[in-house]
Amino acid sequence: MAEFTLPKNSVVQQGKTYPAPAGATNIQVVEIYRWDPDSGENPRVDTYNLDLDTCGPMVLDAIIKIKDEIDSTLTFRRSCREGICGSCSMNINGKNTLACTKDISDIDGPIKIYPLPHMPVVKDIVPDLTHFYAQYASIKPWIQSTTPPPPDKERLQSKEDRAQLDGLYECILCACCSTSCPSYWWNGDRYLGPAILLQAYRWLADSRDENAGERLDELEDPFKLYRCHTIMNCTETCPKGLNPAKAIAEIKKLLVERKIA
Amino acid sequence: MSLRSPLGQAKGLGSAKEGLHHWWAQRVTAVALIPLTIWFAFKVAVLSMSDYKTVLECIGSPWSAALIVSLIVAAFYHAALGMQVIYEDYIGGKAVRIAAIMGTNLLLFLLAAASIIAVVRIAVGG
Repeated sequence: MAEFTLPKNSVVQQGKTYPAPAGATNIQVVEIYRWDPDSGENPRVDTYNLDLDTCGPMVLDAIIKIKDEIDSTLTFRRSCREGICGSCSMNINGKNTLACTKDISDIDGPIKIYPLPHMPVVKDIVPDLTHFYAQYASIKPWIQSTTPPPPDKERLQSKEDRAQLDGLYECILCACCSTSCPSYWWNGDRYLGPAILLQAYRWLADSRDENAGERLDELEDPFKLYRCHTIMNCTETCPKGLNPAKAIAEIKKLLVERKIA
Repeated sequence: MSLRSPLGQAKGLGSAKEGLHHWWAQRVTAVALIPLTIWFAFKVAVLSMSDYKTVLECIGSPWSAALIVSLIVAAFYHAALGMQVIYEDYIGGKAVRIAAIMGTNLLLFLLAAASIIAVVRIAVGG
């Protein structure tokens, strides 16, 4: 059954508060979800008062500043700090996004940071994405073709064919969309979720791929595909401005085209 | 505790290779219900001012009876499809989910059958 309340050992408690450094005038409050599996304690929310005059402009800058200068126990993922690796996806003020491309000045009041929703937490704001990546592997995200490539050059694509991949190839698999989707929350064990379905469509839309039929066979399933009820949280939250809901609709259209149209 | 690999868990039992029919039928019945419901609402509004005999005659006329039966089939089929989606979304336990789907289908089928028999009885003057 879908769970709507937190179990006792997951109830979030009030944590520590770290005061602003003396003389700071431009103070930003940052509240961060903390949980350490080794402590045996409930999760808590720690409050950090940052001096914005000595901090970079993005939320990730604030988090790095906290780790460097205030609390080295804070655990998070980050790498490229420019919105291309997808590591620092997290829930900031109620919306899944990339901390590195989220401007602090866009946020009114305290910055509230939680891990991506409804995923197992490894520590603090690091979610366990093992199943998400396994689902990605399950759609065989690579070119499948029987025709061998030309011996002297790459597989060619017309400009029009290549344009079909726009809005799809930009996906960085940050999981913001999938973890914002209620259908993925309730049935994520079987439902592939918006990110993986967008990737699945990326290969269906690729003119060089020759396995569209098999790919559609694998996707046509009440749980893998049809849990999408066009809730549109995915499109609303995507930090890259992509439209996973439309990609899923395109898959459904291809299935209709194959059987009915 | 299982040592099955993450990929093995993600692939599970594979694709059911169906779901299109359910999804398509839900949309087709939804579209069919738009004119049928508007027509029926209009009919009920008009008949609300009529006497019993006029209402019976109207329901029993061939086109009205056909349209009402169509409405009943579309509405109950749509309801059954929709309820199944809701159960699949929110009920995790397989046994409870299957029982809920089967129970609802049975109930909706009974209601649809009773409704159709009522219209047919009026139509053929039973």
